[in-house]
Amino acid sequence: MMLQFDPIRLPPECEALRREVRAFLAEEIAAGTFDPHRPGHGDSHNREFSRRIGARGWIGMTWPKKYGGHERSQLERYVVTEEFRVANAPVRLHFVADRQSGPILLKYAPEHIKMDILPRICRGELCFVIGMSEPGSGSDLFAARTKATKVDGGWRINGTKTWTSNAHIADYMLGLFRTSPPTKENRRHGLTQFLVDMKSPGITVNPIIQMTGQHDFNEVVFEDVFVPDDHVLGEVDGAWKQATSELAYERSGPERFLETFYVLVELIRALGPDPDRRSAEGLGRLVAQLHTLRRMSVSVAGMLQAGKEPIVEGSIVKDLGTLWEQKLPHRVRELAAFLEPEAANRTGLEEQLAFATAVAPKLTIQGGTTEILRGIIARGLGLR
Amino acid sequence: MAGESDHIVAETAARIFADLADPQTVNRAPDGTWRAPLWRALAESGLALAWVPETLGGAGAGIADGFEILRMAGRYAVPVPLAETLAAGWLLSQAGIESPAGAMSVVPALPQDRISVGPDGTLSGRARRIPYAEEAAHLAVLAEGAQPMIALVHASQCRLDDGRNLAGEPTNAVRFDQVKPLKSAPAPARFDTTALMLMGSVIRAMQTAGALEAVLSLSVAYANERVAFERPIGKFQAVQQNLARLAGETAAALAVAASAADTMAHASPGDDAVRLESASAKIRCAEAATEGAAIAHQVFGAIGFTREHVLHRFTLRMLAWRDDFGNESWWAAELGRQVARRGADDFWPLVASR
Repeated sequence: MMLQFDPIRLPPECEALRREVRAFLAEEIAAGTFDPHRPGHGDSHNREFSRRIGARGWIGMTWPKKYGGHERSQLERYVVTEEFRVANAPVRLHFVADRQSGPILLKYAPEHIKMDILPRICRGELCFVIGMSEPGSGSDLFAARTKATKVDGGWRINGTKTWTSNAHIADYMLGLFRTSPPTKENRRHGLTQFLVDMKSPGITVNPIIQMTGQHDFNEVVFEDVFVPDDHVLGEVDGAWKQATSELAYERSGPERFLETFYVLVELIRALGPDPDRRSAEGLGRLVAQLHTLRRMSVSVAGMLQAGKEPIVEGSIVKDLGTLWEQKLPHRVRELAAFLEPEAANRTGLEEQLAFATAVAPKLTIQGGTTEILRGIIARGLGLR
Repeated sequence: MAGESDHIVAETAARIFADLADPQTVNRAPDGTWRAPLWRALAESGLALAWVPETLGGAGAGIADGFEILRMAGRYAVPVPLAETLAAGWLLSQAGIESPAGAMSVVPALPQDRISVGPDGTLSGRARRIPYAEEAAHLAVLAEGAQPMIALVHASQCRLDDGRNLAGEPTNAVRFDQVKPLKSAPAPARFDTTALMLMGSVIRAMQTAGALEAVLSLSVAYANERVAFERPIGKFQAVQQNLARLAGETAAALAVAASAADTMAHASPGDDAVRLESASAKIRCAEAATEGAAIAHQVFGAIGFTREHVLHRFTLRMLAWRDDFGNESWWAAELGRQVARRGADDFWPLVASR
C-alpha cells in the first residue's frame, strides 16, 4: 500500500471558530468551572458544562441538522476537540457520545431512536459508555461471552462487561453481546451491537479504582436485562462487519497525542526564555515530534472529511501519538533535571509530572493497544 | 495539495528514474556509464532546473512540483546531483541570476559556515560538506558582507578536498580564496543563511521521505518472500511489529516533509511558522531515517548488509542526509530556543497555527 498524508490545512472558518472556543474556555476558567493547570484535580465531567457546550453547537457538529447536529466539517470538529483537550476541560460526559457512539447510532439505529437520542447528545445531556471488554476478553473482542438471548419483543442480556469508563455516570451503553456461537469458518461471527439504557432493571455498576486514585473504570453486571428489538444496531450476528469503520474516528484525533501535553507547556515555562543548549535541543525535538503528529492527525481528519476510511493511517497516528504522549512526562522529567529548585513554577511542574507519569501507562492500552494497532498496520501493509 | 501539474512532473521524473537510474542496475554497474544518459534526460526534461523561471533559463515549475521530483528521487536513491542542482538554481533565481546548464551545487551547506564577500567583490572562506561539489561545473553561493550576495562561481576556481559521505557520494570541503564570481547580485531582503538552510532542510526531508517509502516497500516485499522456520518471516508477529513501526516512521516523514514543502511553496521566509515547519521536517525525518534504517536492516538480516544488495543505497543516503544543511540536533536547539523565546503561553497557538 502507498501511505499518503496530504498537507491538509484548516480552512479560514476554523480560525474564527477557534477564537470563539478560546473565548468560551477563558470565560469558563474565569468563572471557576475548571482549572486548566491542574489536570486530574476536580471532576473530569460536568453536566452543566456539557450543556453549555451543547448550546454553543459544539457537540454533534458534523451530524445532520434534523438530528440536532450542525452539519459542520470534520476539520471544524477537530479544532473544537483540540482546544478543549489542550485546556484540560472536563468534557468526559459527552466526549464518547460525540466521538463514536453518535456516529454509530447515525449509521445503524432506526429512525425513531435517532430522533429521540441524537438531539439529546447534541444538547450535552447524554453520557455514553462502550461495553466491549469482558473479564475474559480485552483486546480480543471476538472472545466476548456476555450473552443476548432472543425473547418475545427483544433480547435478554446476562454476563459482565469490564473497564467500562463512565458506566457510573452513563445514560446509555453501546455494547457488544453474543447472539450466536462463532462458526468454524469465522470466529468473529455471532456478536451483535446493542443500545442499552443504563437505567434498565438488572444492571449493576461496580466501581474499579485506577492506580492514580481516579474512578473512570467500572464493572457492569447484567442480570436478565431486557433490551427491546429496536435497540439492535445493524446486523444480528454481524457486528464484526460494523466495528472497523469507527476506528479511524476513534484513533486519529488530537486526544491521541495531547493527553499529557500540559507537562510540555509547563516545562517551557520552567526553562524560561533562554534555556541552556541541552534543554533547548531536547525541547526542540519534542516540538518537532508534536508538530509532526498534529500534521498527521489533521491529515487524517481531512481524509475523513473527504469520505475516506483511513483505517491504517488512523492506527499509525494512534500508535505513534500514544507512545509519544506516554513518553513525554519522562522526557520532560529528564529535561527539567537541572532546573534550579526555586524555579518559579517548579511546584506546578512537579505536580503535573506526577499525575502525567501515573496516567501514562494506560495511554497505549485504551482504545486499541499498541500491539493490536500494529497488527492492523501490518495487515494494511499486506503481511497478514 | 497535489494539483494536476504535480502528477505530470512527478510521473516524468519517475519514468526517467525507472528507465535510467534503477537502483539494482546502478548497484550492479561495473562503471559509471549509466551516469551521462541519466543526467542528459534530467537536463533535457527540465527537471534539474525545475525551480528556475523560464526567463532565467529554467523550466519554471512550481515549488511543489520540485519537491515531488525530490520525493521521487529519494524513492530511487538517485545518485547524481539533482537535488543540489535544483537548490542551486533556486538560490540563483532569488537574485535574478540566470542558471547555466550542467550540474551545480550550493554553498554553504552547514549553518555554521560562512563565505564572505570582500570590498572587491571576490569571495573568501571555507564551506564544509558541500554535496557533489566535485561533480558540479558551477556553485551557487550565498555570501555575507555589508550586504548578503548571491553569486555564481566556476567550481574550478575553488579548492576542493576529496570528502565522501556515508554513501560514498562526493561531499567536499570547498575553499574560496578571493574567487571572482561569474555573476553576483544582492540577495533579496530578509534572505540569509538561515533561509538557505531551511530550504536545504526541506529538500533533504523530502528525499528522506521518498527513500523511506522505498525502504518500506522493499522490506515488506522481502518479509513476504523470505521463508524461515517454514513460514514467510512476515508472518511472525515480531517482524510484523517492526514493519508496522517502519510504516509509522515512513508516515511521519512523509507527513512532516509534505507539510514543510507546502509551507515553502506558500509562505514567506523567516517567520516562525516556516521555521517550525522546516526545522521539524529536518528533525523528524532525520529521526525517522535513524529508526527506519535500523528496522529495515534488521528485517533483511545479513543479505541487506552486503554491497550486492540495494538496501544500502537508500539507508546510507538517508543517514548521510541527516548531516546536510544543519543536523537534527542543531535544528532542535534552534527550534527549542525559538519556542522558549515565545514563552509557554504562546506555544500552543504556534502549533495550532499550522
